[in-house]
Formats: sequence, structure tokens, C-alpha cells
Amino acid sequence: MRSGAAFFEIDRLSKRFGGLVALDEVSFSVREGEIYTIIGPNGAGKTTIFNLISLIYPASSGTIRFCGEDLLGRSPEQVARLGIGRTFQNIELFAQASVLQNLLIGRHVHVPKNPLAEMFFTPAVRRRELESRRAVEEVIDFLALQAYRDAVVAGLPYGVRKVVELARALCTRPRLLLLDEPSSGLNVEETEDMAYWIQDIRDELGITVLMVEHDMSLVSRVSDRVLAVNFGKVIAHGTPAEVQSHPDVVAAYLGH
Amino acid sequence: MIDAAQLLISGAAIGCIYALIALGFVLIYKATEVVNFAQGDVMMLAAFVAFSFASLLDLGFWASLPLAILVMAVFGAAFDRVLLRPIIGMPTFSAVMITLAAGFAMRGIASMIPGWGTDTHSFKAPWSDEVIRMGPVIVSTDHLAILAVTALLCVGLYLFFKGTRVGMAMQAASQNQLAAYYMGIPVRSINTLIWAIAASVAALAAVLLAPITFVHNNMGFIGIKAFPAAVVGGFGSIPGAIVGGLIIGWVEAFAGFYLPEGFKDVAAYVVVLLVLVIRPSGIFGQMRRKKV
Amino acid sequence: MRFIFKTRYEQDLQFFKDAPTACSYALLGAALLAAPWVVSEYYQTQLVFVFIYGIVGFGLMLLAGFTGQMSMGHAAFLAIGAYAEAYFQARGMPFVISAPLAMLLSAAAGVAIGLPALRLSGLYLAIATLAFGFIVEEVLARWESVTGGNGGMMVAPLKLFGGTINSSWGFYYLCLVLVVLVGVAMVNLLRSPTGRALIAIRDSEISAQSMGVHLARFKTLSFAFSAAITGLAGALYAHQIKFLSPEQFTVLVSIEFLMMVVIGGLGSLHGAIFGAMFIILLPEAISTAKDYLPDAVADQTGLKATLFGIIMILFVVFEPRGLYGTWVKVHAYFSLFPLYKRGMFRRQRAYTRSERVH
Repeated sequence: MRSGAAFFEIDRLSKRFGGLVALDEVSFSVREGEIYTIIGPNGAGKTTIFNLISLIYPASSGTIRFCGEDLLGRSPEQVARLGIGRTFQNIELFAQASVLQNLLIGRHVHVPKNPLAEMFFTPAVRRRELESRRAVEEVIDFLALQAYRDAVVAGLPYGVRKVVELARALCTRPRLLLLDEPSSGLNVEETEDMAYWIQDIRDELGITVLMVEHDMSLVSRVSDRVLAVNFGKVIAHGTPAEVQSHPDVVAAYLGH
Repeated sequence: MIDAAQLLISGAAIGCIYALIALGFVLIYKATEVVNFAQGDVMMLAAFVAFSFASLLDLGFWASLPLAILVMAVFGAAFDRVLLRPIIGMPTFSAVMITLAAGFAMRGIASMIPGWGTDTHSFKAPWSDEVIRMGPVIVSTDHLAILAVTALLCVGLYLFFKGTRVGMAMQAASQNQLAAYYMGIPVRSINTLIWAIAASVAALAAVLLAPITFVHNNMGFIGIKAFPAAVVGGFGSIPGAIVGGLIIGWVEAFAGFYLPEGFKDVAAYVVVLLVLVIRPSGIFGQMRRKKV
Repeated sequence: MRFIFKTRYEQDLQFFKDAPTACSYALLGAALLAAPWVVSEYYQTQLVFVFIYGIVGFGLMLLAGFTGQMSMGHAAFLAIGAYAEAYFQARGMPFVISAPLAMLLSAAAGVAIGLPALRLSGLYLAIATLAFGFIVEEVLARWESVTGGNGGMMVAPLKLFGGTINSSWGFYYLCLVLVVLVGVAMVNLLRSPTGRALIAIRDSEISAQSMGVHLARFKTLSFAFSAAITGLAGALYAHQIKFLSPEQFTVLVSIEFLMMVVIGGLGSLHGAIFGAMFIILLPEAISTAKDYLPDAVADQTGLKATLFGIIMILFVVFEPRGLYGTWVKVHAYFSLFPLYKRGMFRRQRAYTRSERVH
């Protein structure tokens, strides 16, 4: 990491879909080792920010820098290689595969892929497979997914699938983890677990978390800093308490 | 110059056949997202049915035409009701495989029906085998009939979709099924109706085409060229199906005349590959990206 | 009822799930090895066809079943492999050289259609492969200097390392060895990172990308490998049929292959073999039943197509997982006896989201 460069920063990021301005000069930066949350009403542009970081579509203007590396102009699969992992709002798991296979795919950037050697399952391939299997087991332990290892994802309940989605992102060994609405669709207990896990991810695994979230109690509980957006613009940023009491934020949510 | 004019007309005529078949499966695709790979074979069945009414039962052309359309409409509706309703909710791949398999079965069954078989049968319209002179250009009446009927059909369908309640309901159902349900539109019945309409359009195409190509078991293969037509025009667009069909018809006609032998047969496929590489959404279509 | 208690990671990596499974396959292998001594020449030929179509099935399964790229022009790869083999053998090359060359040519064709198809999916991909199939068919018919055009092409007897294999049992063992090799290679590929990347592409391209899977590279790879495998089948096919003509490789044949793997069971390697068995057994069954059917129905070509279509529809509606799905259920019934419950394999009807975003 170049000295002086922020861990992750977004500078005047904008995105237009035709005539619709989804993001208007959004800027913020995330410090290493913190949990940074983006809040805002529906349609405010939060997931758009994530999709721009993941390079699912190109930004209209602005820059995204991760450890000094400029993200824009790269191809989507390089994002994982750089150390950014992500979960999706609507769960994009590999439905016809088992949990274990989903997690092993998460290891993709860390294993060399040599189809010809793999066809013969050479000792080198075998060794790397064992390594991956061990690494994945650590994540399974971390998130208590042992019971679901060999289950096919399609048959699992929603709450479990959300955890598998998180596990898969962790298997990519990211330095920055993008969580898109981690508690959506979860009940009270599952949200509790998620809160503990998010904190453990920061404290035990040393991963920086950038989160989009609606559940305000979860936000105040785990976040170090919060950014509020509305209509594609930043309306407030600071600690959770500061942001939640900010008049513009209150107005946005209560619709004055 | 005169050659070019001739080619324009004959190309447009065959293009209209492609357009009519493409229209059939674009209608179905818009409503149900199912691609009916058997549309050409539906046309083949329609031709045989019309032939049976006209020659085997000796009812003549003008009686066979509406009868054939009616029979095929019922067939289309039955196809949807019996084969496709059970798999609602399954991935569209399953529906595609069903239509592919149905095409096989239809060809097989048609070849085994006595009186049909694998022979070639003649089916002529009252205006067939004549020519009309328009200045230096000679136009066959069969081609003219195709152009005229296609034009009329387009106008008719346009009025139907914009003017009648059923047509509006179909548009609604094809744009947002869930919302259509909430509005009280019986979406599944609408889909069956769309299949009936698509089969009727295929029947019309059959009656127009049969005088030129004769009625035989492999007649449906012409329907495969309708796919390039639909893609070029923009899959999911009804005007696109017509325009795409015309374009493919013209490309084939001119390729057959000016290029060496063999290019005519692959012209449509080369064109569609080019379109898919350069602009997959075709002329009128719009490709959407999956929202995550 | 067996329960596999795993205590080491190595057990997850084993080729065979457990010892009894390995034994079953060993028995199957022994039976196939002994077959030429036990069965008649006719059934031996049928088995060879099962092997050849099985290899085709593996190829198509890799592309359609595991990478999710629907291919409606696969007969083109079979054709390229077959004609290439015939061409090289006519010039005296031994099989060990001509077959890999044929595979390479097929792979090149796979890349030729795979690259433009990278941005396409679903319907558009199917139509692209369909167009490709037609174009190849036409090229084969027109390129008379190489392929003999519509008049066809004779295939020289197979020369393996130098010596000609004239006997049918020699060819039988060659096909058996190759289908086993291809099968093993496929199993290995699918339990490795590349195989998993392909499955990821099938199930969700967007999240595969966010896991770092390079879509273009792996899709092209899948096309190339699938084409190469099918090309190998083509090379064997050429020697079995001994006479090639473009009508053997039409789009209808491609669609038959697609139906074959779906009936066999899309998404499983066993499905390829089950599909191949089905496609060979169907005409057999029709022949035997012919004596009991009325004359009008006994027209074999029409009957075969009809039954093929109807059986396919029945599978899609009632047993979407194909013959392999039925096999799994029957196997579960017997191994769990008497605890098998009818609803065990019933999958929840998941209403697929529309691919169109309106």
C-alpha cells in the first residue's frame, strides 16, 4: 500500500442510467479495519455503489481507489483478485451445487487452474485441493455451517443461504468485504448472529467491512462510521449517533 | 435493374413467410418467454390439414382455409394447455426442450398418418400458377397473395392489440405477469389464447406457402430460418419479426442470384451470426441485463 | 443403508465415494471387457455405438450440462472430427496422430463459435450455435476437394500405431478404453477448480465473476474442450460407419444429441451414458415390438421420431432429472429399504425469476 493512500476511497463517483442520475458525485473513504455502513431509503443508490465497485457496470465519472490501485477500467474478475469480496442483496449462490462446492469456488483466485493437469488429477492438483478443503473448513467453523456441508443449496432455508453467501465471500480471503443488506430477510435471532459475525470478521479476521443496511439497530450496534445517501447524493456522514440524529437523514426517512 | 426488382418481390414474398412464422413464435415468446422451436412443424401440420380438407375430403380451397385455421387454433391451444401448463415455474429450458421434442413427434406422427405419409402433395390456391405483369416486371400471383395477406394480417393484429380488450390484456400479461394477475387478467388462459393465435398465423402461412413448395413432411424446416429473421428484427418485437423476415428474404434472394451456389442456403445463418456478434438485440429489440 | 463417516479431508477427494461403489464399477468394467467373448457381433457393435455416443454425451454435457451453454449445433464438431480423421487416415497417418489432430481441429471450431458467443446467453446462444451448425453442414457439402461433398467420403481402416485394426473386437477395446479415459478425465475436471468454475458460470455468471472467475476464458475453454471431446467421438464414428456424408451431421442430429443428454440426465456424467444407451436401445425396442404393431405404425423412421419426442416430453414433465434421476431414486429405494418415502426427492417448485428485466 502506497504511503499516504487511503485504504479505500471513492471520489466524486457518479452513475447515470440514460437520463436517470443514480449517483451524483458521491465521495467517501473507508479506513482499514473499520466497519463502514451506507444507509438510505430504497432507491437511494446504495446497491448501485456496490455494483460500481464490483464493476458490474461502468461508472459515468469519478474514481474508486483500493490501496492506491484505481479500480475503474479493470475487468470484473480482477476485483476479487485485488482482495474485495462481496455478497449480493438477492443471494446469488450456485443453486445446483452443494454448500461445500460453493465455498470452494470462493477459493478460485487463490488456486492456479490448469485444466490439463486437473484431468489427470496430478499430485500437485491433489495437494492444492486438500489445501483448499482445509481453508474452506476454517470458514465453515467460523460460521457454524458444519451441518450443511454437503447439502445442495437450492433446498436450504433462506437464513442459511444468507450465511452461505457470507461464507463464500469470506473464502475469497478479502481485505475489504462488501455486504449488501446482510440482515434482510433474517429473523431476530439470525440478525443477532449476523451482528456478532460481522464484528468477529473485523476483530478476528482483520477484514474491513463496507456494508449497506436498513436495520438501524444493527447499524448502530456494529458500525464505526455511517454514510447516509438519498437520491444518489451524500446527505450525512459520521458516527452512527451523529448520522441518525442528522435533520436531513430524519427528513429523508420520515419524508418531510 | 429488372432483375433487382424481380428479386425484391420474390425475396419479399419468401421473407413474408419467414415473417409470419417468426411472428408466431415472437407472439408466444413475448407472452410466455417460451421459444417455440416447433412453429415450423405447426405450419407443416396446418398444410396437411388444409390439404386433407381440400383434396382428401374434397371441400375445395375456400372451405378448407377457415377450417384449417380453426383446427390449428384448437391444436395450438391444446398444445399449451396439455404440454406447457404442467411445467409452469420450471426453467424456460424445459419448455424449449418440450417444443423441440414436440416437433419430432409431430413430424413422426404426420409421416405415419395414412394419406399423408412422406409423399409430396399438391395444394393449390384458386389464384395459383398465374403471373401478373407490372410493367417489365413479372410477378407470380402466389407471391402477390403472400405479400397482400401478410400486410392485411399486420394491420389486423395491430388493431387487435391496440383496440380490443383482449389484445390489451395480452400486452399487459406479456410485460408483467404478476401485475396482470393482480388486475384480474386470467394470464394462463391468455397464454393459451396466444398459442391459438400463433398457430392460426402458422396456418395462414401454410396455406400461402403450400402452393409454392407443395405439402410434405419436411416443410417445417423452412421455419428454422424464421429464427434468424426474429433475431435480426429484434427478438420479442412484433414489427421486428416482419422487418427481420423481409431482410432475410431479400438477403437470400440476392445471394442466390449474385453469389455462387450454396451461399443462398447459408446466407440467413451468416447474417444472424453477424447480427448476434455486433448487435444481439437486433433492430427493434432491447436486451436487458439481469438486475442484482 | 450405508453411511459414510468421514474423518479425513482425503475422503472428500476420493475418486469413488466408497469401496462398494468402486466394486460396482470394477464389476461393470469386467463385464464390458468380457463382452466380445460373450455377446454376438451385432450387440458388440451396439455397445461400440453406446461408447461413441457416450463420448459425444460427455462433450455436450460439459458444455450444456456443466457450463450451462446450450449448444444446438454439436453435430458440427462430430462432423469435423469425423471428416478430419478420414482425411488424415487416407493419407496414411496412424490413429495416435490423426485423432489428436482431429480433436485439435474440432477444438479450433469450438473456439470459433465460442468467442463470438461469449456475450450471448440462453436463446441467443442457442440460435448462434444453430447457425454455426448449418454453416458447417453447408461447408462440408460444398468443400468437395476435401470432403467429397454430397457424394460422401470413404474412410480407410483404422491404423493405430502402424498396424491396421481390422477386427471388430480391436476397435471395440479401443472405444472402451477411450470412453473410460474421457469419463475419468471429466470426473477429475469436475472435482477440480476448473470444473467448479464452469459450474459457477452455469449457475450465476455475475457471482462467478465476483469470485474472480474469468468468464471469457472459461467459457471458451468449455467450448474448446467440449468440441475436442466430440471430435474424438467423431474420429471413432468415422471408422465405425466407414462412409461419411453431410446428411449424417444435420441440425436434426444436433437436436437429437441435445435430447439425448436431457433424457439421460442433464448435469450428471452418468446422464451422458444413460442417454447414449437410450438412443441405441430405442430403435432396438421398436424393432422387437414391430411384430406386434399394426402395419401402419410399423414405419420405423416415423415411429422412432414420434416415440423419441413423446418420451422426451414425458421426462421433462415428470422426471426432469432424466434417466439418471430415475436411477438415483431406484437406488435409494433399494438401499434405504424399507425406509424410502415417496416424497424424498421431490424438489420444491422454485419459480424461476424472469430473465427479462421490465
